[in-house]
Amino acid sequence: MSNIEALKSELSQHVNVSQFVWTNTYGDDSITVPADSLIEVLLYLRDSDKFDFLMDICGVDWPNRDPRFDVVYHLFNSKNSQRLRLKVAVGEGDSVPTATGVWIGADWFEREAYDMFGIVFSGHPNLRKILTHHQFIGHPLRKDYEADHQQHCTETLPIHFDHQEGSPGDVLNPNYVPLNVGPSHPAMHGTLRVMAELDGETIVRAGLEIGYLHRCFEKMAETHPYNQVIPYTDRLNYCSAPMNNVGYCKAVERLLGVEIPPKAQAMRVILCELSRIIDHIVSVGTGGVDLGALTAFFHLFTYREKVYNLFEKLCGARLTVALTRIGGMAQDAPDGWFDDVKDFCKEMSVAVDEISSLMLDNKIFIKRTQGVLPVKAADAIAWGYTGPLLRASGVGLDLRKAKPYYGYDALDFSIPVGTNGDIYDRYQVRIEEMRQSIRIIEQICKNVPGGDYTIRDKGIVLPEKKDVYGNIEGLMNHFMLVIKGLRPPVGELYDATEAANGELGFYLISDGSANPYRLKVRPPCFAIYQSFPSVVKGGFLADAIATVASMNVIAGELDR
Amino acid sequence: MSSSGQSFSNIPAPAVASPASQSDEELARSFATTSRLDAVVAWGRKNSLWPLPYGTACCGIELMSVMGPKYDLARFGAEVVRFSPRQADLLLVAGTITEKMAPILVRIYRQLLEPKYVISMGACASSGGFYRSYHVLQGADKVIPVDVYVPGCPPTPEAVLDGVMLLQKMISDGHPRPWRQNWKAPDYV
Repeated sequence: MSNIEALKSELSQHVNVSQFVWTNTYGDDSITVPADSLIEVLLYLRDSDKFDFLMDICGVDWPNRDPRFDVVYHLFNSKNSQRLRLKVAVGEGDSVPTATGVWIGADWFEREAYDMFGIVFSGHPNLRKILTHHQFIGHPLRKDYEADHQQHCTETLPIHFDHQEGSPGDVLNPNYVPLNVGPSHPAMHGTLRVMAELDGETIVRAGLEIGYLHRCFEKMAETHPYNQVIPYTDRLNYCSAPMNNVGYCKAVERLLGVEIPPKAQAMRVILCELSRIIDHIVSVGTGGVDLGALTAFFHLFTYREKVYNLFEKLCGARLTVALTRIGGMAQDAPDGWFDDVKDFCKEMSVAVDEISSLMLDNKIFIKRTQGVLPVKAADAIAWGYTGPLLRASGVGLDLRKAKPYYGYDALDFSIPVGTNGDIYDRYQVRIEEMRQSIRIIEQICKNVPGGDYTIRDKGIVLPEKKDVYGNIEGLMNHFMLVIKGLRPPVGELYDATEAANGELGFYLISDGSANPYRLKVRPPCFAIYQSFPSVVKGGFLADAIATVASMNVIAGELDR
Repeated sequence: MSSSGQSFSNIPAPAVASPASQSDEELARSFATTSRLDAVVAWGRKNSLWPLPYGTACCGIELMSVMGPKYDLARFGAEVVRFSPRQADLLLVAGTITEKMAPILVRIYRQLLEPKYVISMGACASSGGFYRSYHVLQGADKVIPVDVYVPGCPPTPEAVLDGVMLLQKMISDGHPRPWRQNWKAPDYV
């Protein structure tokens, strides 16, 4: 009996399932449920330990259908790595009950669906815009909103907070000091904005405003052909751009039903692990800067430059590499590249030890981070934490082990897990992960698979330039693919990889055309960052700054 | 002052036309003195730019590399990174400026000290880049005057250094900046 059938027989004993539609496409289980049974189903699935994570909520617009919208929930079970998609159809003006009572992490995801599509979630405590500015009129991800129709913002919102029982968010308490930090502030890493009410040094209330880097990734994906979306994915988490390329291409490849050759897999894994190292370098380095330690930052950037050199050798670009293509890699590695990677690994293992003693053994660092604003495992799961932060809280979930891809199961590496979920553990996990990434890279470099770096399906991959200019068949294939575009079959799937910050998911809907119909990114730090106001409540202001840094919020993937 | 000789060679020749009330000698001296002082001031300004790194996106990460050990912007006298606009005179706009961010960028620009300069780093800050989309400002120069545009997505650190050197040349040459003189703040900020 398949998973979906087992679920059907079990669920039918507890809930009236007569109106449910059960499907399994591309290996993804999916149930369409009526809006009024949604909360009942979610509660049962959570309480019966079927699914412990709510990974994502998003909207989908079907302008020619009645009801017009879908709200899509993606659930995950960390014990057996099963996933489930729940879909609720909702018409314009109708509402869906909020899931914030079941998983508190639904908060921002529902606000985003409201902002992008105008879907109303009844009972949501703060159903406000989240990504677009407050003067923005309309809902941009609806199909009838023009992708390039800009609306100017003329003012910034004053300090405000989430509404709570008995304390409205826009009324400040005269007994406390209001404080605005960011979005242009050294501790806010670019575009984050934190607002707080202080009683002395203690944070009584904290609020967040995001969207200062909302670059409309999802709308851009809908208006570009599949391969042209790859450069946009680079700019999601720009600290580790290749991982986003890989995550996106992997999703499209699964929809196409193709398996990439072993060499492409090996190159992708090396790129991912190198990216994980440089992502953690930025996180640990800037984390030190926020605590007043500049040395580690400058020291670590030496090694980051070395990784950039490797990327540059491979493709010519440093930061935004875009070197995967759907079906494999854009080009082969130059001669001796794998040896260069091996040399880097040797240097990096020394550097990791140095940085470990410089940070983790530093008395000041320990005092500033150990036991500071910890997050318990149960809370982390409820908020939708993934990646190093979840592991720091003591949950050993890593998709490279839980649901291995690209041959991770054949590699020997371990998953570092913290105990307290405090700031110290987060950095400890990251630094240990750098060691493990080095181990992974070394194992692959020892035995690089031969063969081609991409598949050669002429309906998916452009022919090599020598064929385009050298023979008529190559020219025709090139012409057809450019004019017609790469067209995956009609369908939908959710695919996730373990990025540096946690689970990076892509929910892709294809209508058989050359552009994705809908591409929803599930950014790891979006779920993590929404917990910030409750995590820092009652803490010191200086500790809140350390918390932002340890969450490694990357505005590019937070706001997309 | 060894490197100053180079700058002084660019001093424009004193003007020859003279009002009747002053002797030619006096006039020449006054002009010569003024020019030399300008050159000294310009030399000082170009070699002590205090940048405010307005890093909003990917370019901000590359800007870290520009400041970092390998490329080291300090070699051009611009290492004193200030996050307060009250202490900076060079605004390095590094990254996408969204519609939501635009009012804040203008406010930061107005708070900078005179004489102030702006370098727009990367495609997004220069023109919106490939984000021709509903929430992205199509170039920082829609709201503030930009002196140097550095192309790239993101530009390599070498390109940013080149942009800084170009700005230094503009300062030492006293390059006219009509975009700065004619700039009016958008009426809403």
